[in-house]
Amino acid sequence: MSLLRLDGVTKRFAANSPPAVDGLSVTVAPGEVLALLGPSGCGKTTTLRLVAGFEVPDAGVIEIRRQPVAGPGLAIPPEARGVGIVFQDYALFPHLSVEANVGFGVAHLARGARARRVHEALELVGLVGLERRYPHELSGGQQQRVALARAMAPAPALILLDEPFSNLDADLRASMREEIGKILRATGTTAVFVTHDQEEAFALADRVGVLNAGRLEQVAPPYELYHRPGTRFVAEFVGAADFLRSMVIEGGIVSELGTLARPPELVPGQAVDIMIRPDDIDFIPHPEGDVVVVGRQFHGAEHLYRLRLTSGAQVHAVQPSTTLYPVGTRVRVVANLLHVVAFPLVDGG
Amino acid sequence: MTALATAGIVSLPILTIVWSLTQPAWAVWAHLWQTQLPELLLNTLGLVGGVALGVLVLGTTLAWLVVTCEFPGRRVFEWALVLPLALPAYVIGFVFLGVFEYSGPVQTALRGGLGPGARLPDLRAGWGVVLMMTLVYYPYVYTLARAALAEQAPEFLESARALGRSRTAVLFAVTLPLVRPALAAGTVLACMESLADFGTVATFSVRTLTEAIYRVWHGMFDRAAATQLASILLAVAGGLLVLERLSRGRARFTHARRLARPPVRLRLHGLRALGATLLCAGTLGLAFALPVGQLVLWAIQSAGRGGVPDEFGQALSQTLALAGTAAVVVVAVAILLAYARRLQPTRLVAAATRVAGLGYALPGAVVAVGVLLPLAWLDRALATGLELLTGVPPGLLLTGSVTGVLFAYLVRFLAVGGQSIEASLARIPRGLDEAARSLGARGGRTLRAIHLPLAHRGLLAAVMLVFVDVMKELPATLLLRPFGVETLAVLIWRRTAESLWVEAALPALALVLAGLGPVAVAMRLAGADARPLDSRPEPPT
Amino acid sequence: MPRRSWIGIARSGLALVVALMAAAVVATPPAAAELVLYSSRHYPKEPAFEAFTKKTGITLKVFHASDAELFERLKAEGDRTPADVLITVDAGNLWNAARAGYLAPVDSAELARNIPAHLRDPQGRWFALAVRARTIMYNTTRVKPEELSTYAALGDSKWKGRLCLRSSAHIYNQSLLATMIKRYGEPRTEAIVHGWVANQPIIINGDAKILEAIAAGQCDVGVTNTYYLGRALAKDPSLPVRPFWPDQAGPGVHVNVSGAGVIIHSKHRAEAVKFLEFLSTPEAQAVWAEASFEYPANPQVAPEPLLAKWGTFKMDDINVAAAGEFQAAATKLADRAGYR
Repeated sequence: MSLLRLDGVTKRFAANSPPAVDGLSVTVAPGEVLALLGPSGCGKTTTLRLVAGFEVPDAGVIEIRRQPVAGPGLAIPPEARGVGIVFQDYALFPHLSVEANVGFGVAHLARGARARRVHEALELVGLVGLERRYPHELSGGQQQRVALARAMAPAPALILLDEPFSNLDADLRASMREEIGKILRATGTTAVFVTHDQEEAFALADRVGVLNAGRLEQVAPPYELYHRPGTRFVAEFVGAADFLRSMVIEGGIVSELGTLARPPELVPGQAVDIMIRPDDIDFIPHPEGDVVVVGRQFHGAEHLYRLRLTSGAQVHAVQPSTTLYPVGTRVRVVANLLHVVAFPLVDGG
Repeated sequence: MTALATAGIVSLPILTIVWSLTQPAWAVWAHLWQTQLPELLLNTLGLVGGVALGVLVLGTTLAWLVVTCEFPGRRVFEWALVLPLALPAYVIGFVFLGVFEYSGPVQTALRGGLGPGARLPDLRAGWGVVLMMTLVYYPYVYTLARAALAEQAPEFLESARALGRSRTAVLFAVTLPLVRPALAAGTVLACMESLADFGTVATFSVRTLTEAIYRVWHGMFDRAAATQLASILLAVAGGLLVLERLSRGRARFTHARRLARPPVRLRLHGLRALGATLLCAGTLGLAFALPVGQLVLWAIQSAGRGGVPDEFGQALSQTLALAGTAAVVVVAVAILLAYARRLQPTRLVAAATRVAGLGYALPGAVVAVGVLLPLAWLDRALATGLELLTGVPPGLLLTGSVTGVLFAYLVRFLAVGGQSIEASLARIPRGLDEAARSLGARGGRTLRAIHLPLAHRGLLAAVMLVFVDVMKELPATLLLRPFGVETLAVLIWRRTAESLWVEAALPALALVLAGLGPVAVAMRLAGADARPLDSRPEPPT
Repeated sequence: MPRRSWIGIARSGLALVVALMAAAVVATPPAAAELVLYSSRHYPKEPAFEAFTKKTGITLKVFHASDAELFERLKAEGDRTPADVLITVDAGNLWNAARAGYLAPVDSAELARNIPAHLRDPQGRWFALAVRARTIMYNTTRVKPEELSTYAALGDSKWKGRLCLRSSAHIYNQSLLATMIKRYGEPRTEAIVHGWVANQPIIINGDAKILEAIAAGQCDVGVTNTYYLGRALAKDPSLPVRPFWPDQAGPGVHVNVSGAGVIIHSKHRAEAVKFLEFLSTPEAQAVWAEASFEYPANPQVAPEPLLAKWGTFKMDDINVAAAGEFQAAATKLADRAGYR
């Protein structure tokens, strides 16, 4: 059972340019929150606009509640899709009060029902009492809540959020994220949101889809995405990663950090890059260590160190900020990999 | 679809003109080529170029002064400088001639004081027309430039100055390039008005293409050839529009942030303050106080001699009613077209709406003929049909009613309404359209509930501008007005055509006074609307 | 397109039709007690018209526009025109209207009696109702009448820089040139115009303005219609400008007419003819001439006293219709000669 299904959706803005969205397929279950994560220009916002109906796909099918809304010869207009959207800049109607903004999508209801629905929506986002305010009289967080209330008031099957937190201060961002997550889950709302911030995606989404150049690289729950990235791009984009050239042998994978367990799909004799996260590596200072600290960044609770291995390859490692090792310190390194993630070398790579 | 059909209907008179080229009147073209066409082209281009330069320099300077500087009288000048827009060019023309020509009071006094040899250069020349048109059309540039300068963020100036540029250098390197689109739009409007003008060039005996069109039509009774000549005007107007597009280039000029703080004006002192005040006062004096003062004197003179003619009151009310109706019709269609461009920005829609706006550069008489021909045909078909149905011969439904003249105004002034509406629609972020649609609103509701309320100032400004333009319009009114309708412009023309200048003053004064209110309102609205609309929160500080 | 907008369009279309029907009531040809005049005469007052209404009870509604525009309108309206009578101020225009078939032949003994033959259409389609001479005007303090002789003599080099002319685009000058072409042929007329142009005339658009310029000394001689001087002198009798009657030894002074004809599709032809007949009567002619400072077309009526003081003169008796016949030729000739 899926609430939203995209199958092979492709969108090209100019005939001779690469597609913005390229054969994208994904399904979203009812009540699920899906994040679309990727760098700017990866096609995530276009995907959202395709679902909303502001763009028409060149190929592929989009279904909402099993009803096709876009496909060959079919394009249900946005106003008939029953999809709520929270825009990046909120797009609140500046000439309408909070009440009128939230009531805009339920204008077809009778007066009493409409007022009730507006009240419920404002209650949900905790803005009761601000009905008569105008958007410019609200703080950024309040505007965001109005935008959410407005999108939810018509009780849409699906809510789309476009970079919902990018206009907020850092501290407000965290609290809004939590609050919106709570609201979505409390109401059982299905949501798709777009972000370039993995932290945001991890905090809010049940599953995260990583997009690169219009293609969906991997869709998985956050934990899996982080620890078992399906592609080198995902590994690099989701969290910090270093890659170490290694060789697969019968008994494991030989790397500069020692021999690691061999995943069964890797064939002995194959050269691979293994993924190293900074939290995979521990080190202690040792005068005879052949690894040298070559850089250090203070990150508050922890320090991020850059280490040079004997081969000249560099990896990153975190240590609590309670201790401090100056640049030049010789150390010994231990790798504590929970799972080995290895990527076969591509030709010439 | 509706938009395309509407654009097509509005373009009909223009297409009629282009179509006329398929049966060229070779004899007339050959005659014109041998005798005067090169001169006409040169004169016309000179006129347009001169007016362009004049309005650009004057309008930009004045706008820059009132927006960025503080000097005595600035607050009054800021709105008063737009008032000359209420004066028809033909009125300011005959007033200036009356005052400054050889037999006028100024030169007579000059000869009295300095002897019979004293004289001023003759206004009846190309530069005289350029001066008149600069004086009445500079407000187009002034208004748009003022709005654009006022919405320019001080950060641009400050960052440029922090980079070590002087105030003057900043003006030419940053400020003016940023308001280039506004300057270009205002200049094009002024140029199109000058292209279409017949009254002033005829009064000043300067031969232009438009004058030649009248000469061929009225002098050789060859309307077909006259229509063909008008196609040259279309080409020049099209060229102007292309230039305007090119001037925008690929750069973007919008600045989608709310003004963080009001602009700080540079306080001028001493001679500079005096200079600024004198420039504003001088412009206003020449373009407004002098002509209106002279009209008042003449009006008193003529009222004292012959009283106020009976038809006067009726003409005033008919003028207001006609201009009001036309303004609403023109703006409604302009909204339809601008909206179509916003919703379906396809090339076809864009091209169709651009062609529909070309009528602004055509002399009213040419537009009127372009309207009359298809309308008369339709009219007779309609009348024949109705007679068959009812057995009673009806009158002329279209040409006999206000339909014809309203249609002509639509063709002629669509560009005026369109400019202002497009500008105010452009300030509404597209995200709002999408938000409304995602909430289930179709095009109609989005227009009513979102766009119209947000753009209402721009719309009202457009209504006012069209209103004033229609009031001033003469040739199309003359040919197409229904029986029994006499506008103030027609009254003025009937008197000036018989050289009764003093008698023309009273209706002219009424016309100017009736236009002042709308012009001032349009100005206020355009200024208030200058701030970009933005639903975004303040940036974190 | 959504259904709702179609309904909207249909509704506004219906509203438009209703509005047009209402307008049609206004536009329907008026009842018999009313005549509709299409006029290119724009005098604020026409006492002769008022006299007609007073006498017959027939009211007059006047639609003003210039001739070319009136013609377009007549052509567009065709047989459904509300117009009954065309009144215009130049024989060329009357000739053109007749040629285009807008005017009906009128057979009226009274009109034939009152209006001399050279001032009406041989087929009776139009009749002059007033005459104006387009003659040489001079500044009485700077020019002696003996220095003047003919229109052609204005090309004499002694007038260099002293001559004021109206633009050749104006119908009055086109008619002047057209009658010259009829009489002298194109080459000779062109030579005359060349002479004028060689004197670098000051082009001033407006006969009244030319008279002001002559009075002020901007130029010493000019060519204008007589009634403008009548009007100016009535206002200021001290004005130092008088007419000179040229070509008295030759063809005479160029005259033109105000005239009228009955529209061919008029629904009130009898009343329209009655109107023309009335205007030709001595009674109406006197009123007309007094109000407009034109010369009466009816020779039985004496000109206005002010005009009478200028003396009598020999008129060019070429049929004024020549003006129309050679109008296009005159326009082209002026262009060739460089006469703006």
